[in-house]
Amino acid sequence: MIRLAPRHLAVAAALALLLTLPAWVGNSYYVNIASQILLWAVLALALNVLVGYAGLVSLGHAGLFAMAGYTAALLIGAGHGHLAADAAALAVTLATTAVFAVLALRATGIGFLMITLAIGQILWGIAYRWASLTNGDNGINVGSRPAPFGLSLAGAGAFYYATLVVFLLAVASMAMLVRSPFGASLAGTRDQPRRMTALGYNVWLIRFLAILFSGLWSGVAGLLFLYYNQFISPQVVALTTSAEALLMVISGGSGTLLGPIFGAAIVVIMKNVVSAYVERWNLVLGLIFILIISFMPEGLVPGSARLWRAARQRLIGEARRDGASRAPSRAPAEPAGARTPLAPLPERGP
Amino acid sequence: MSALAVAGLDKSFGGLRVASNVNLSVEPGERRLVIGPNGAGKTTLFNLITGELAPDRGTITLNGRDITRAPSRRRAHMGLARTYQIITLFPRDTILHNVMLALLGLSPLRWNALVPLAGQHQLAERARAALARVGLDSIAERPLAQTSYGERRRVEIAMALAQEPKVLLLDEPFAGLSIDERRDIQRLLADIPREVTMVMIEHNMDVALELADRITLLHFGEVIVEGTRAEVVADQRTREVYLGS
Repeated sequence: MIRLAPRHLAVAAALALLLTLPAWVGNSYYVNIASQILLWAVLALALNVLVGYAGLVSLGHAGLFAMAGYTAALLIGAGHGHLAADAAALAVTLATTAVFAVLALRATGIGFLMITLAIGQILWGIAYRWASLTNGDNGINVGSRPAPFGLSLAGAGAFYYATLVVFLLAVASMAMLVRSPFGASLAGTRDQPRRMTALGYNVWLIRFLAILFSGLWSGVAGLLFLYYNQFISPQVVALTTSAEALLMVISGGSGTLLGPIFGAAIVVIMKNVVSAYVERWNLVLGLIFILIISFMPEGLVPGSARLWRAARQRLIGEARRDGASRAPSRAPAEPAGARTPLAPLPERGP
Repeated sequence: MSALAVAGLDKSFGGLRVASNVNLSVEPGERRLVIGPNGAGKTTLFNLITGELAPDRGTITLNGRDITRAPSRRRAHMGLARTYQIITLFPRDTILHNVMLALLGLSPLRWNALVPLAGQHQLAERARAALARVGLDSIAERPLAQTSYGERRRVEIAMALAQEPKVLLLDEPFAGLSIDERRDIQRLLADIPREVTMVMIEHNMDVALELADRITLLHFGEVIVEGTRAEVVADQRTREVYLGS
């Protein structure tokens, strides 16, 4: 018999929830919001590979996201089929990401951030000003959604399931990456790049490949976005999109797989649902972020886990103390996990 | 043929000469101690040998191969390993994971993104064996953040040993340790087989002198004295540099 860990049960429950969502949500408005959460989660997960696992913060991912969307929209507009357009869009996005990576990897830290920001702004400028190609501010319409294996994705439910499949593939590929030897190498370059070089790792190439991987999934998310809206405009290339993706990652918890998904959910729900009731929904979103950063600086998912552990520890501690007071002959037990405090290790080498 | 040879090495930071015509030849299996006051250029010399810094002039050869222009990472693959004076480990991970990263650095497996690292039992076994050599195998699963300073010094050495280097550079392996811990590390280093050539920077003469075959004294980036233990200790210039008389 296979023993199921609570972790597996939680994953199974989440999967069941996602698979049956259109059935119990009913209203196609909410099904569409679920699709949006999933497609933004793919972008947030892609960005998280860099922010969380490579320690490289990018503010240019909207450019990669939109590169795929625009390329596909233009090719479909020129009369090409969906499959060819999508494949070409991902190839163009990968090529763009390679240039993006070579330029941005001239630096790390703030330097990396500024270069990615600059590249993102250049791509926004192209989308906005090169009107003969991109139709400028008016954007580009796409007449239809693709019909893979003859299944039409025109309806909200069908599109939701297509998005869910892509989303699950993204989660699976990222879970595989971060647990793999390459993932360990990547996390090593985040924590001690100098040491990694001395140990024989090619730090630049590891980071470059991670950026390519991140760019590819950003492109996939961009295609989902294009098909969801059947429209793309320079608005999506703007810095706001990159910043929102970064907020999803940081508020949910960078360096975790669940964090960016929850982060995407918060932002999308705020934008779509809360904005219907509160006119100044941006204010509410800002307040939520301030609360998260104040009480859970590591992000919502790891922060909740920490608070939960602390609460449980306290409960167990109280139960033990009660037990000890009833039976004073027994020596008080040391709380689990307590160890002699030691000097903290410096986070980074000089 | 020397295991490690440095010839006419120069390095300046602006107007400050940190290595000035440094010549050094370490025989296979030798234990070489590099001493000198603070700022003598000892760690800089290590950084030049490992390729973290590029020299202005001069050559570095490892087992007869010129590595002066080889990138730092390739030198690791050619059998050069080092430890750091300022402990440079992976604080979020376990001791075992730290050593596994050292092993992975020299393995083609490091590019594999399709298999879980947790399933690499052979790698984990080799990491445990390296930890056994420094006496840390019993706490291999402990997160690095929960280890003592002395244990971290051992992890540094275990990571270097795990790579089975031909030349091992130890940058102040006794720094910040208690007398007992120093004795432990000294025994551990003395047990390293002679297949490994060792170059060590150290200030703690009581423990370091016993390990050394030959000693090089650096001062303001220059080699002032070089010779056997007795020669260097007896040399008038050693006294001048250390006692200022």
